[in-house]
Amino acid sequence: MKSDLIEIRWHGRGGQGAITAAKIVAKATFSTGFPGVVMVPTFGTERRGAPVFTSLKLSKKRIYDLSPTQYPDIIIVLDHLLLEESAITAGLKPDGLIIVNTPRHVDAYRHNGARIAVADVTDLAMKAGLPQGVVNSGIIGSFARATELTDMDTLLKAIEEEFRGRRPRENARSAMLAYENTVIGGS
Amino acid sequence: MQIIESGNVAAALGVKLSRAQVVAAYPITPQTPLTEKLSEFIEAEDMEAQYIPVESEHSALAVCIAASSAGARSFTATSANGLLYMHEQIHWAAGARLPIVMCVVNRGVGAPWTVWNDHQDSMSQRDTGWIQMYANDHQQIIDSVIKAFCLAEEVMVPVMVCYDGYLLSHTYMPFDVPETAVVDRFLPPYKPPYALDPHTPANLNTVTLPDVRSDIHGNQAHGYMEIRHFLQEDMRSSTQALARVETRFKEIFGRGGNPFIESYRCDDAEFIAVGIGSLSYHLRDVADSLRDEGIRAGVLSVNLYRPFPAAIIAKTLRGCRGVAVFEKALSYGYQGPLCADIKSALYQGIDGSGRRPFVLNYILGLGGREITTRDLHDAFRQSCTEVQDNVDELRWIGLKL
Amino acid sequence: MGNDYCRKISHSTNGPGDAGKTGSWRILRPVLDPQICIPAKRGTPACYMCWLYCPDGVISRSIPPTIDYEYCKGCGICAEECPTKAITMVEEASFIKEDK
Repeated sequence: MKSDLIEIRWHGRGGQGAITAAKIVAKATFSTGFPGVVMVPTFGTERRGAPVFTSLKLSKKRIYDLSPTQYPDIIIVLDHLLLEESAITAGLKPDGLIIVNTPRHVDAYRHNGARIAVADVTDLAMKAGLPQGVVNSGIIGSFARATELTDMDTLLKAIEEEFRGRRPRENARSAMLAYENTVIGGS
Repeated sequence: MQIIESGNVAAALGVKLSRAQVVAAYPITPQTPLTEKLSEFIEAEDMEAQYIPVESEHSALAVCIAASSAGARSFTATSANGLLYMHEQIHWAAGARLPIVMCVVNRGVGAPWTVWNDHQDSMSQRDTGWIQMYANDHQQIIDSVIKAFCLAEEVMVPVMVCYDGYLLSHTYMPFDVPETAVVDRFLPPYKPPYALDPHTPANLNTVTLPDVRSDIHGNQAHGYMEIRHFLQEDMRSSTQALARVETRFKEIFGRGGNPFIESYRCDDAEFIAVGIGSLSYHLRDVADSLRDEGIRAGVLSVNLYRPFPAAIIAKTLRGCRGVAVFEKALSYGYQGPLCADIKSALYQGIDGSGRRPFVLNYILGLGGREITTRDLHDAFRQSCTEVQDNVDELRWIGLKL
Repeated sequence: MGNDYCRKISHSTNGPGDAGKTGSWRILRPVLDPQICIPAKRGTPACYMCWLYCPDGVISRSIPPTIDYEYCKGCGICAEECPTKAITMVEEASFIKEDK
């Protein structure tokens, strides 16, 4: 409803850390020019592995609407298999962007003229020294590369802060690798 | 310092800054992260307090009642069925005039079981003699907790600080965390007017006779009815105390304003939507878009529900054509409790003005049913543009029959 | 709030007579026989089960124990608990006749 609003919907699986990733991006974007930031997780009956999503809204102005994002500008998918399982791209704006953690090539994806950004974050995270399946820090690198909404330095600092005591350097390296290896196509 | 955190963390920081001395709580969704955070603060010695684990919400408030009777600044928090399990002790804390502060993280009430947000839990406690404040965002959560201790200790009435489960409790947004030293200046250590003392034993709230009686010193001691009369008197006058608290808060922290209501574009409004909590802010976006369509719409948020600021509400609504009360609670068999209170405020409040606005009652979001901007917009628009008959009929939003 | 506060809550201090002269409620009067009562008989502070059990605190821990009939309601718990059966419950009516 408001044109000065950027709405980002994050899709992952319970336990994958989509909310943590969105929180890191919320903190970084807030400190670099978006005074209006809200991150609204949608809670069902949480189960590990089940599809979950959270809405991140960015604005230059204060945000009053805390309802879940229906018409996102950007969709971020932490597990590419979710694209086949449920209608997670519903409501994406015509000139929108989809960021996917996937081992597949960017040309494998098409969505009504949306831009598509892909990286094999699962693989890159392991190369960065993280245990298998930790993808929430890495996907932030793809987000930075594909959106340019905030700078990588701020994001890396926010990642290290969030993961203090839990492999902060590896998590930051994973984001950096994803940043460098994100391929953008589509439209 | 500006931080981005969840509403539950905002509440926990408010309790920590207020230097609560006793915390007793039982975990329940969506309140759990608040009490977990407090137990972390206490365990890490970031907060000098006793965290007393209990086996139920009834015991949690019983512990706070005991601690407060002994002169300690006490805090608890709960949601939904946990709040209702406390119900008997909630009345007790008010009748005993103990300045306990409790966060109610609003959630629907079973049956059927639900963990999602509505306002049925705290609205059903409105007649217990507690002051009820509702926060609309995280800044109001942390600020209200700090103000609540100040107010409670001034008027010796317990205070509930209510905020929406999930919508606020689990949502992240920026807010300012004041410095400890500044909060200390605003809220000095609690000096109870009376506290239990083993050296001079006393009975508190034993069976109290219908009539007054003579105590052991030959003085007249009040009966039950006098004690309850004082509660009502002090509840009514607590609005003045709250105004003073707000003024001091604004002087020290540089923010705040009207602690009773917040009106948004109401000055020239023909139609005013009324809401509580985060919903009232959501309605602001709707009022903006109706204004763009040429409809003079405004929003009134009720931030203090008990004592009910009837006069100021009547003053705000005076002169408008229609009022739409959007509610996440219901007095089953009648209407939304806020709507009934609004009508009651209007009955005397604008007596003699010749015209009262029509009042519509929308019920929405029960048990966490999604509230979309579009639905709100359509409902508020209809309230402004269509001829209203059957105004007393409840209008349900988002019902899928 | 200050001094007002204690008048706005139900607050009372302990002491005789908070509920008036409850001795008038009595139908049976506990009468202690010093020949049987342990502390009275031995002349030492001992037993005091009557003092411990009295719900109204009207029995003294003295030799011999004394009962404050101004406030004793005549519940009979002391007589029930006395291990030597030194206390008997006597009809109040018989004392009224005596007084006459």
